[in-house]
Amino acid sequence: MPKFESMNHLEEYRGRLLSSRNPQEPQVLVCGGPGCLPMGSEEVAAAFQAELKQRGLNGNVVLKESGCQGLCAKAVKVMLRPQGITYQQVTAEDVPEIVEATLVNGKILDKFCYQDPADGSVKAYKSKVPFYQGQRPIVLGKMDLIDPTSLDDYLAQGGYQALQKVLGGKSPEAVIDAVERSGLRGRGGGGFPTGRKWRLCRQAPGDVKYLICNGDEGDPGAFMDRAVMEGDPHAVLEGMIIGGFAIGANQGYIYVRHEYPLAVKRLALAIDQAREAGLLGANLLGSGFSFDVKISKGAGAFVCGEETALIASMEGDIGEPHPRPPYPAVAGLWGKPTVINNVETWANVPAIMSHGPEWYAAIGTENSKGTKVFSLVGAVNNTGLVEVPMGTTLRQMVYDLGGGIRDGGEFKAVQTGGPSGGCIPKQFLDLPVDYDSLQSVGSIMGSGGMIVMDETSCMVDVARYFMSFLHDESCGKCTPCREGTKHLLEILTEITKGNGKEEHIPLMEELCDTMAAASLCGLGQSAVNPVRSTLKYFREEYEAHILHKKCPALVCRPLLKYTVDPETCTGCLACVRECPVDAIHGEAAEPQVIDQELCVKCGMCHAVCKFDAVKVES
Amino acid sequence: MKNDSVSLTIDGKPVQVPAGTALLLAAKANNIDIPTLCYHPELKPEGHCRLCVVEIGTAPRTRLVNSCTYPAEPGLVVQTASAKVLASRRMVLELLLAQAPAGEHLKEMAAAMGVHETRFKKGDPAARCILCAQCVRTCREVVGVSAISMAFRTPKKRVATPFAEQSEACIGCGSCVFICPTNTIAYTEKDGIRTVWGRKFELQPCNKCGNYIAPKAQLEHWAKLTGDPVESFYVCKDCR
Amino acid sequence: MTDPQRLETIMSRYAGVAADLIPVLQDIQDEFNYLPKDELKVVAQHLNVPLTRVYSVATFFKMFSLEPRGKHLIRVCLGTACHLRGGQRLVETVGRRLNVGPGHATEDLQFSLETVGCLGSCAQAPLMMIDDKYFGRMAVDKVPKILKPYKP
Repeated sequence: MPKFESMNHLEEYRGRLLSSRNPQEPQVLVCGGPGCLPMGSEEVAAAFQAELKQRGLNGNVVLKESGCQGLCAKAVKVMLRPQGITYQQVTAEDVPEIVEATLVNGKILDKFCYQDPADGSVKAYKSKVPFYQGQRPIVLGKMDLIDPTSLDDYLAQGGYQALQKVLGGKSPEAVIDAVERSGLRGRGGGGFPTGRKWRLCRQAPGDVKYLICNGDEGDPGAFMDRAVMEGDPHAVLEGMIIGGFAIGANQGYIYVRHEYPLAVKRLALAIDQAREAGLLGANLLGSGFSFDVKISKGAGAFVCGEETALIASMEGDIGEPHPRPPYPAVAGLWGKPTVINNVETWANVPAIMSHGPEWYAAIGTENSKGTKVFSLVGAVNNTGLVEVPMGTTLRQMVYDLGGGIRDGGEFKAVQTGGPSGGCIPKQFLDLPVDYDSLQSVGSIMGSGGMIVMDETSCMVDVARYFMSFLHDESCGKCTPCREGTKHLLEILTEITKGNGKEEHIPLMEELCDTMAAASLCGLGQSAVNPVRSTLKYFREEYEAHILHKKCPALVCRPLLKYTVDPETCTGCLACVRECPVDAIHGEAAEPQVIDQELCVKCGMCHAVCKFDAVKVES
Repeated sequence: MKNDSVSLTIDGKPVQVPAGTALLLAAKANNIDIPTLCYHPELKPEGHCRLCVVEIGTAPRTRLVNSCTYPAEPGLVVQTASAKVLASRRMVLELLLAQAPAGEHLKEMAAAMGVHETRFKKGDPAARCILCAQCVRTCREVVGVSAISMAFRTPKKRVATPFAEQSEACIGCGSCVFICPTNTIAYTEKDGIRTVWGRKFELQPCNKCGNYIAPKAQLEHWAKLTGDPVESFYVCKDCR
Repeated sequence: MTDPQRLETIMSRYAGVAADLIPVLQDIQDEFNYLPKDELKVVAQHLNVPLTRVYSVATFFKMFSLEPRGKHLIRVCLGTACHLRGGQRLVETVGRRLNVGPGHATEDLQFSLETVGCLGSCAQAPLMMIDDKYFGRMAVDKVPKILKPYKP
């Protein structure tokens, strides 16, 4: 890779690169995204490498590990180009067959293709799979085309062209103006208009300014930022460099949570590559503008997603938020004006600069422009990352893209926005999703977690789960959050144990009001959303726990009773081996009996029974 | 900029204060008292306790902010005792009463605001600390030794010396003890020995009257700060 | 390498300012598998920060441990998707198999068991990680087989 001295130099290189690449060249792209990695994608890639080598095809077929290919439910995903065939649920053992049939003989293997549950039809090409058809990939667009460790791949897809355009003749004000007109709002939670944030920072007095990419994706259930950092790291860098030019910053930082080791690795590599190519460092592309990026690793604190806490930890202190004002745009890192945007926000910037703000603003709704990446997980068939225009309805996401509820179950709720969001019930399935609509139903966009729940989820348990998370993650600085999360957790736990009292509900509502209004930072202010939304939409479930001591979803352990059905039990003793308290008795090959006095209702027996002989009731 | 004065309204009364003045002080200057627990004029306000919240803005777009840090802005409408403010304050006091059942000052303060009992499950009946961090900030900002700090986070958050051991940095000055609003920090003085944070400090008697002045470690700290010989501090204030 | 040398090597990578505190502690955690008290005292001197600051930071963030950690770190995800699909039961099973509670190390220091807010592979819930390896779509009866290669 040469060091690019000018825009022309880069453009010449790109031209040579493109002409050296044969668009008809066969390519195998094994998904190395967050969904496929735990399902053995590295083994699949290794198997392809070995098989191609053995057949002497390694010179003809290009093998790559790509970023996230989206449909995580069907891991491991493999994309075959140039045809655009998308294979799914591929294991290392399947690889020789795929190479033989598809790569050598050009035959599509139906068994690795998506089958439409509606009519049983087989969809071999990505463009035909409903999961992808409803999407509008801007941020995720390059993911299944490139090897994220290759700068050449990024350049071949038009990477750093937006930067060339900016450095080649736009003023910082024009860039800010474009971002403002695009309508881009922060994708990390608050939804603050990005252009306005940049302008505030640019206008703030001071020569030294900083820019931070918030990669502390802490919302449980959200993994789009991980996918972008791992799968298209140069897009994040390109967005940041453009941002740095716009606000007048020469130093940027990427704050990544330590739970994402691969993201750290990929970003570090991308930074090294960009420095070597003169895309980071002094006098970028001969423009006179200098910018560099450093990685700052989080150390494990959800609250550090809050910008003042993030800054405190970058300065070497505990992650306690500070009262605002002053806002970071005026006094942030080391007291200097600082812009903080999250990964997805930065990754949108190159596309906006390339295609223009009007193009971007034409996508989405009145006050929420562009697309949003959601991590569609939980009780849907097609779990994975989806990128849709703002305003797409929940129903479209759950049913059209998500393929409906798994195991033929019933939709109960969708939880958006992580621990700061709420549970949205069935009556809002046709809600067009944007910042404002989610807020109007008591939830938030947050970073885009979308956890679908069916009737096996207990909403009181869900509220208790989030409160337990938040109590553990509250920094403890301010009273309402520290003590409020403690008592909400205490009360919710009592309710799930069957010790709830009627007066608990109004007490929780009153406490939520104070926490929302008087907590120091967003963590405490929004911590009430899971409780408020479930109290509002699923009050009958609270009442079932409190008044009737029953958990209708069969989740809250103290309210359950496990028994063995003597008709179905084969006496295989799997449950006996798993029972932590030796509460299950009986002869081998005979029906077993659970001693109710000893049973701790952990549900292990139910989980391991292959014959569905363990019954649970409330 | 900072010297410009701004006009705002506090509890319906037009007031003028220098720009940037914290609302708490702007109110105080106009004889409006706002209750506080973690605020101290000698310390940088940090907004821990949330007792000093006030309502800003005009209906329906109002919100609560902590008055100890929020700066006076031109035209701001502030209510220090609105229904929302009072409800929040009472709730915060209820939470603190459950956290620190033995805090006498806290109980009095709560009673004065009509909060006599908490509906929440009480913690350790002997607990007094409300984590206002005045001790920590005093030790760091005023004394300048940082012998104690906040340790852990929410469920286990507490004020502690490093590794909960005797602190080498502590000079035994007792400032943390004196500033604590709930008398939490254990402290004894007996036979020329002061004990605080588990460490014993030998007290230095005055060379003239023989009364104890301060721990030797504290006088050594002063000597270091001023560059004067430590013996020059062996005479008490009254005998100088 | 002796402990002072190991620490010296880490410190030599940094400028020695307060902002280096968290990266330095991360390196020590990686190198020593925990934050030894004596090393922390040296760090405070090197970075010219009060020991209280080091202690605050070391106890605030989840990745740091003041106690020695096991050779293998098992992280069981309790993110929302994992919670809904039996993450809690997974923690209990692993804990019972290894006779260790979450947040602790086994007596032989072979394993540490931790729970984590989200590992970011939510589509494969429930999920766990041993060191840098992910295990997706876990079930309690898969646990013994997965643990086996890591046992002494």
